[in-house]
Amino acid sequence: MLIDERLHIDTPEGARLTLSLAGPLPRGMAYGIDLMIRGLILMVVATPLTLLGRGGSGLYLLLLFLLEWFYPVLFEVFRQGRTPGKAMMGLAVVHGNGAPVGLSGSLVRNLLRTADLFPFAYLTGFVVMLVSSRQQRLGDLAADTLVIHVPASQTRPAPGDSGGEPPDWPLDRGDQLVLLAFHDRGPRLSEERQRELARLAYPELNDDAALARLRRVVNHVLGAA
Amino acid sequence: MRQSQFEQRYQPQWRRLEQGLAALEKKQRPKNVDLSRFTDDYQDLCHQLALSRERGYSLVLQDYLNDLMLRAHRQLYRHRAPLMPRLAAFLRGDFPRAVRAMWRWHLISALAFLLSAGLVAAMILHDPELVHTVVDGNGVSDLENMYHPDLRDSSDRNRADDLMMFGYYIYNNVGIAFRTFAGGVLFGIGSLVVMLFNGSFLGAAAAHLTLVGAGQPFYTFVIAHGAPELTAIVLAGGAGLRLGWSLVAPGSWRRVDALRRAARETLPVMYGVFLLLVLAAMIEAFWSSRELDAQIKYTVGGISWALLYFYLLFAGRHGSE
Repeated sequence: MLIDERLHIDTPEGARLTLSLAGPLPRGMAYGIDLMIRGLILMVVATPLTLLGRGGSGLYLLLLFLLEWFYPVLFEVFRQGRTPGKAMMGLAVVHGNGAPVGLSGSLVRNLLRTADLFPFAYLTGFVVMLVSSRQQRLGDLAADTLVIHVPASQTRPAPGDSGGEPPDWPLDRGDQLVLLAFHDRGPRLSEERQRELARLAYPELNDDAALARLRRVVNHVLGAA
Repeated sequence: MRQSQFEQRYQPQWRRLEQGLAALEKKQRPKNVDLSRFTDDYQDLCHQLALSRERGYSLVLQDYLNDLMLRAHRQLYRHRAPLMPRLAAFLRGDFPRAVRAMWRWHLISALAFLLSAGLVAAMILHDPELVHTVVDGNGVSDLENMYHPDLRDSSDRNRADDLMMFGYYIYNNVGIAFRTFAGGVLFGIGSLVVMLFNGSFLGAAAAHLTLVGAGQPFYTFVIAHGAPELTAIVLAGGAGLRLGWSLVAPGSWRRVDALRRAARETLPVMYGVFLLLVLAAMIEAFWSSRELDAQIKYTVGGISWALLYFYLLFAGRHGSE
């Protein structure tokens, strides 16, 4: 998510919420997925409809119309801002204040899609997105909507409480953050790398002792006795 | 307070929130999940997130709380007003009021349409060959085939054709109206171009068909559905111009705020445009194609125009604002 930006908004409760804005690439891919889904629906439906003759082609045109203009709107309103493509890419449309997009917002941003398409291949929308401070295309600007990355639901493991040991140096806030980062990311590093990091903290001990000691200090910072 | 104590103390609350969220995000609400404390938990969570940042707890914990809060926020501020009462209020007054509030833009749009139609029609009546500068060869012969009494063959038209044409009118006309509106955001140019183009085409068609002796079938065909259809296109153009003007001359607003405001004001008009075009497609597919006495067609058409404009001009004037 390096090229994506973070946006801070203040909720009515006075808390600060951090959103990560989705850039052109994931949005383009979500659009591509949706395009394929729409194409698939049309293909599946076209065959039986052609058997119905001219009345069938009328229904086909109606479906084409609905898919072109209301496919995104229906999904965004009833599936909490996510078309199937967006859901697959982990994106969602929200209002500028973080609230889920409603019917009006979704309609405006999707009606104005034509202007973003102008003159071809979303060129206008892409340029506007690059100059806009919150990665919005014209439709988003008019509707005051954002496309954000929505975190997959996850549960947090309960903290373990093995033995702790106070550090032998006065701990400032920077040190504290480093130790917490080691706690959070350590399990994903190789044992070798963990030992290497521990050696930086306790050059006077051998690797295994240094690592064990570092872990106890981390536990202390986390709150173990 | 140390991070692990903090986590242990509030863990039950976060778990409860997670369960509530899982239920809410699946839309159908399982009976065994208690949501009575959801908002309280959410408000506490806001506080806990601020605390965790203040005290410099680990980034993973901060991210976890932030994500949880974002998900809860998305559920809490989702609201869905019942559709039917809103639709009734919309038809009773909101739509005509929204149209009247922007009458200047609709007037400009209508003038662009009518003046180009009149100009092109006058030119073609003066020099019939000029029709080819506006409509290409295929278009001209299509028009003649559709309306000329000697060329058209209406005997095999049936219900299936009506349905096909209905689908075609919706797909084509509503698409045009939406694009006319969207084109407005490009400083109004898109809307203006579409209005001039459509006006020219209508003027050319009317003048040419009159000249080749197909005037009566043409006018009897278009008069009834023309009321909602042409009006809707003009309204879409007016709404688009309003949108574009907010970018050209935002006044004391920031451009983006002016655009947002214009979008909010024009959206009711676009709802109405959509409904008008569905109505027009129904009339066009199922009534305009009927073979009836010209007198009846003109009468019904006239009533249709009168009713629509009476509605747009007077409905909702004394209703609640």
